[in-house]
Amino acid sequence: MLDVLNSFIVELRQAGLPVSMTEHLDAASAIAHIDLVERSTFKATLSATLVKSEDHQAAFNTAFEVYFADRVFNDDGEVDENDVSGESSESPSDATGLKGPGRPMGGGGGSAMSAEELAEMLANAIRHDNKDLASQVAKESVSRFAGMEPGRPVGGTYYLYRTLRNLDLDSLLEELLEEQRAQGSGDAMTSLQERLARDELGARIEGLKQAIEAEIRRRLVEDRGAEALARSVRKPLPEDIDVMHATRDELATLERALRPLSRKLAVRLTRKRRHGRKGPLDFRQTVRRSLSTGGVPIDPRYRHPRPAKPEMIVIADISGSVASFARFTLHLVYAISSQFSKVRSFVFVDGIDEVTRLFDHADDPADAVQRINREADVVWVDGHSDYGHALKAFHERWGDEINSRTSVLILGDARNNYHASEAWVVADFQAKARHVYWLNPEPSSYWGSGDSIIGQYAAHCDRLVEVRTLRQLEQFVGELA
Amino acid sequence: MTEKETWRFENSAQVAEQLAAVDYLADEAIASTVFLADRLAKPVLVEGPAGTGKTQLAKSVAELTGARLIRLQCYEGLDESKALYEWNYRKQLLRIQASQVGVGEGSSDWSELEEDIFDEAFLLTRPLLEAIRATEPVVLLIDEVDRVELETEALMLEVLSEYQVSIPELGTVKASQIPMVFLTSNNTRELSEALKRRCLFLHVGYPDVDRERLIVETRVPGISGELAEQIARIVRSLRAMDLRKAPSVSETIDWAKTLVVLGKETIDEKDAVETLHILLKYQSDIERASAELTGTRR
Repeated sequence: MLDVLNSFIVELRQAGLPVSMTEHLDAASAIAHIDLVERSTFKATLSATLVKSEDHQAAFNTAFEVYFADRVFNDDGEVDENDVSGESSESPSDATGLKGPGRPMGGGGGSAMSAEELAEMLANAIRHDNKDLASQVAKESVSRFAGMEPGRPVGGTYYLYRTLRNLDLDSLLEELLEEQRAQGSGDAMTSLQERLARDELGARIEGLKQAIEAEIRRRLVEDRGAEALARSVRKPLPEDIDVMHATRDELATLERALRPLSRKLAVRLTRKRRHGRKGPLDFRQTVRRSLSTGGVPIDPRYRHPRPAKPEMIVIADISGSVASFARFTLHLVYAISSQFSKVRSFVFVDGIDEVTRLFDHADDPADAVQRINREADVVWVDGHSDYGHALKAFHERWGDEINSRTSVLILGDARNNYHASEAWVVADFQAKARHVYWLNPEPSSYWGSGDSIIGQYAAHCDRLVEVRTLRQLEQFVGELA
Repeated sequence: MTEKETWRFENSAQVAEQLAAVDYLADEAIASTVFLADRLAKPVLVEGPAGTGKTQLAKSVAELTGARLIRLQCYEGLDESKALYEWNYRKQLLRIQASQVGVGEGSSDWSELEEDIFDEAFLLTRPLLEAIRATEPVVLLIDEVDRVELETEALMLEVLSEYQVSIPELGTVKASQIPMVFLTSNNTRELSEALKRRCLFLHVGYPDVDRERLIVETRVPGISGELAEQIARIVRSLRAMDLRKAPSVSETIDWAKTLVVLGKETIDEKDAVETLHILLKYQSDIERASAELTGTRR
């Protein structure tokens, strides 16, 4: 048992979770207190002792599913490899000879059940929210559709995709919804009811998807062992996802992580400002305090300092290559905008436009970012990035607004499609502004390769930072204010 | 922990059961963590969105164990004298003056006097010390620990790991019984590794539909099962939307209470839209939600 725990913790550490020695010991001693047969208790126990941040929970869950997929621990703490996932005797999957060591990994066909029967079973499982039936469906459909090949070093995403494509769950949802509509007592469903029914069915189908995923994972573990699989399914923690190459799911994760992050930053910055230094002596307060100590001013009081807030100008490239990056940065900039007396934002592709007003009227930065993509007038010739022209245009129209209190923040990869760089504009910024920062979402090893002319601009920036992940972004903004 | 100790709970199922008896519906994670907190004698750090019952958990645990709840509300600028202990300066001053008046030239017995004024009688106990010194069972709740500065956090470490407080003039005060400790955090800043390491971590998120329905049913007496079900479903749909502030459990309960007061048995679209302002706190959220619920999507 302790060995398994040990290798599990090694896996967690490799996935990036900071698990300390103390936590390892805690987990080990906690296990002694619980009933190991209860898998959910076991999971909760490990999670309580090992995971100390919600962002890490997803990584923990994945690792847990892999390591403790179907192992059960008996009272001696020995690993019992028996399959206990409840393949009940009347389960139709028994007929396909799924048990036994030499079973085919998903031999398509050969099942006693026809496709129609499976579809009917699936519909029933969803319709009646029947968990047992759903897990049977999951087993059956995985062996039928996934086409798993033993020994391949994959994480199972493709198997999942193949299975889901064959089940066609989207149209199932519509069908069942239609069925419920028909059942309704004659009158049409109100849109509220429809929405609720849709969400309910959606949740059940989501449950089925998870069952299928778990089933695939279980078979992969059987095939290749937990450690090998854990390596394949390991995903970066939210704060380490590369923004430029994030998948859609990862982007959603990022978006969720961004909101608390921007709030945290704002809090941290206010505190930093407030406690940064002490103001002048507050004579009145000091005298008043001294009354309680017999007129001796033991406890001097100071006025709160009111540091001047800097102004900030953000110039972001929103061309296709860095769009997702710009989106995140704009979000974050607006989250901390209360820390700056004025934030003006500009976006460009090959033309440039001011978008400050779009943020002013939006409660929600996400709305604003959408509107920017729709409304901002940023295309000048062909819609390919032209930093030179955009910067020059900025300089002509707004160049005078940069003064010694302004910080200029430029976001982009400086891939200029071989146009002129016009780096003198940046040099001019540097001469006039307090700071010029450049955030580049590309890995620094790519800088200067191909059409990247970051080197020409870098000479005129106070700092050039590689910002590929939330962690780097957070760090930069923290230092900025 | 060498001698046989008496545990508060047998197993996590019992925790869940007892919590349910005081109207707190715990899921597996909550029950197991509370159970482990007792067994391992470790504090629990509870994190999660506002209004999901973090503080209530501590209150309920106190209620079911029959313990007194000692609460330390954290805020920015909280310091030692507010969290741990403080010498009662004025009383000490009076004591000195009294001795001077009474004895006359009492300069010889200064050491005696010093011993006297740094006595427990001159100590003002603050929540942390109070929890340590308590002889009866207590539950210590350190609320919104993320609001204090990083330096103040360090003050709590001794209490949290050793269950003791060191007072230079008096020595170390050790706990006679180990209190259950809950720390809550709204995650407005990252807590220090040192603090996290000493605690069990519990993330309390939004409950799933079934649990939410049960919570509504327990917390709102006289609600019909159908209404509770509908409420739970609507709230789930709302949480799936992209809102600035998703409705919390406490807001759900408020909403359920309102609907009961209004005498509703079921909710139709009109009721839902009219009372949405109880669930949602931003105008833009309310507009978006009502548009989506009534199907008039922009």
